[in-house]
Amino acid sequence: MRERSGTFGATRREVLASSAGAVALILARPARATLESMAAAIKAFVGEAQVQKGKVALEIPPLVENGNSVPLTVRVDSPMTPQDFVRSIAIFNEKNPQPNVAHFHLSPRAGRAAVSTRIRLGDSQNIVAIAQLSDGTFWSDTAELIVTLPACVES
Amino acid sequence: MNRLWRRAARTVGAAGALSLALSLAAAEDLPASKRRSGFDFMSRDSQATQVDDTSNPGMLWVIEGEALWTAKAGASGRSCSDCHGDAVTSMKGVAARYPVYFTEQSRPVDLQGRINICRETKQQATPLPFESRELLALAAFIGKQSRGMPITTGDDIRLEPFRVRGQALYEERQGQLNFSCADCHDANWGRKLASSVIPQAHPTGYPLYRLEWQGMGSLQRRLRNCMAGVRAEPYPFGSPEYIDLELFLMSRARGMPSETPAVRP
Amino acid sequence: MARALINVPAKAKRGDIIEIKALISHPMETGYRTGADGALVPRDIINRFLCTYNGEEIFSADLFPAIAANPFISFTTTATQSGRIAFRWIDDQGRAQLETAEITVE
Repeated sequence: MRERSGTFGATRREVLASSAGAVALILARPARATLESMAAAIKAFVGEAQVQKGKVALEIPPLVENGNSVPLTVRVDSPMTPQDFVRSIAIFNEKNPQPNVAHFHLSPRAGRAAVSTRIRLGDSQNIVAIAQLSDGTFWSDTAELIVTLPACVES
Repeated sequence: MNRLWRRAARTVGAAGALSLALSLAAAEDLPASKRRSGFDFMSRDSQATQVDDTSNPGMLWVIEGEALWTAKAGASGRSCSDCHGDAVTSMKGVAARYPVYFTEQSRPVDLQGRINICRETKQQATPLPFESRELLALAAFIGKQSRGMPITTGDDIRLEPFRVRGQALYEERQGQLNFSCADCHDANWGRKLASSVIPQAHPTGYPLYRLEWQGMGSLQRRLRNCMAGVRAEPYPFGSPEYIDLELFLMSRARGMPSETPAVRP
Repeated sequence: MARALINVPAKAKRGDIIEIKALISHPMETGYRTGADGALVPRDIINRFLCTYNGEEIFSADLFPAIAANPFISFTTTATQSGRIAFRWIDDQGRAQLETAEITVE
């Protein structure tokens, strides 16, 4: 076997290594998020801090009529004073193509920590809400949802 | 989501759910006391979205319709308001009696058809395309002026032959699955088709925001979804079959309150 | 200009916690959907929402494709003074839409 062959003078080993890398790149784009990618997204939000269960209430219907639009409310037990308030609330999902749903940034002027929105869910899965408090601690709540499909659609 | 899986699951579900009911094909006359709007069959969250004007996405089309109502259009340079004034007064109860008999065509027209007739003949403007944002917006804005009022469609003897045609279409089996509208909506309302509850098919809130569409749509669009559901070739938009069907369904819903702009899954 | 519906109470008492709702029309195209021609429809979403009260930021949100079409957000703030509550939505292309509401605080 000749030492130098193939494209741009690369060795066979180098070409194989680069094509394997290219294949890995194609496969690396996830068709859907996984527990690992959700964990990674959560780590990006909380850093090295530990996430504790509590203080956060994630209100979302357990049986979803249509995954295109699911109402969600997050409430955090907090006095919302300049000394003790919720800095941000982040929502994560397990099985959509992407693990992040939204990050909300609050101020002590909020009066109370309560945010509502409508989200999309591609499949039955868990949703996690994590609140970052002004003292640097992180608190969470999880909801397990079943997503049903409507009958009689466009195609 | 994998569309093929959804289709397969739905077909299996439909066949399974309705195999026992195939003999009950005729439209049973629902006594007025048993009539329930699609609103009653949806989740509490969807209901909450509909009744709150500050979160009902259909209201985005209503506010656009409100702006279009006063916009000059066509060679005439006239707006709807130039002839009809304030819609809150002039359009009160109007949508709730559609489809109406249109003498010039000797047949019924639906509200969107009537809007386009006005555009062409009174404003000298081009008709708005079916399912266009503008047409849905105007229909939603006019429809909202009937919200809460009872539906009065069909109170006109000239409409009777068309209402009868609409009823025949409703009861006729069609499509590869060979179901009629009545098979689901008369014989099996309240039961599940795949994982959804089958409503009674009273079009009380059109045009409406369907969560599945992620947007506003007309009754014709919804009927096309039904026809696709039984694997029938949907009629083209604007077909007289849709008008006759709407006339039948709205006559059947007479007395029920209008809900436009409704929200449905 | 996308149609937007904002809901801010016209009047409030100083110190009241008021609820603010913002709804805007936008397809929030995820970038994961295939169109009728089989090709992937490119992503096009509103990715940032900000709310200011007399110029001071009181709330903001980073939005991702998992937010439903025609995004709706509801949050609270304390009525501190009369003035203007301003809303800004920014999309992937950096285009912004601005809406405002006036509030009287007594």
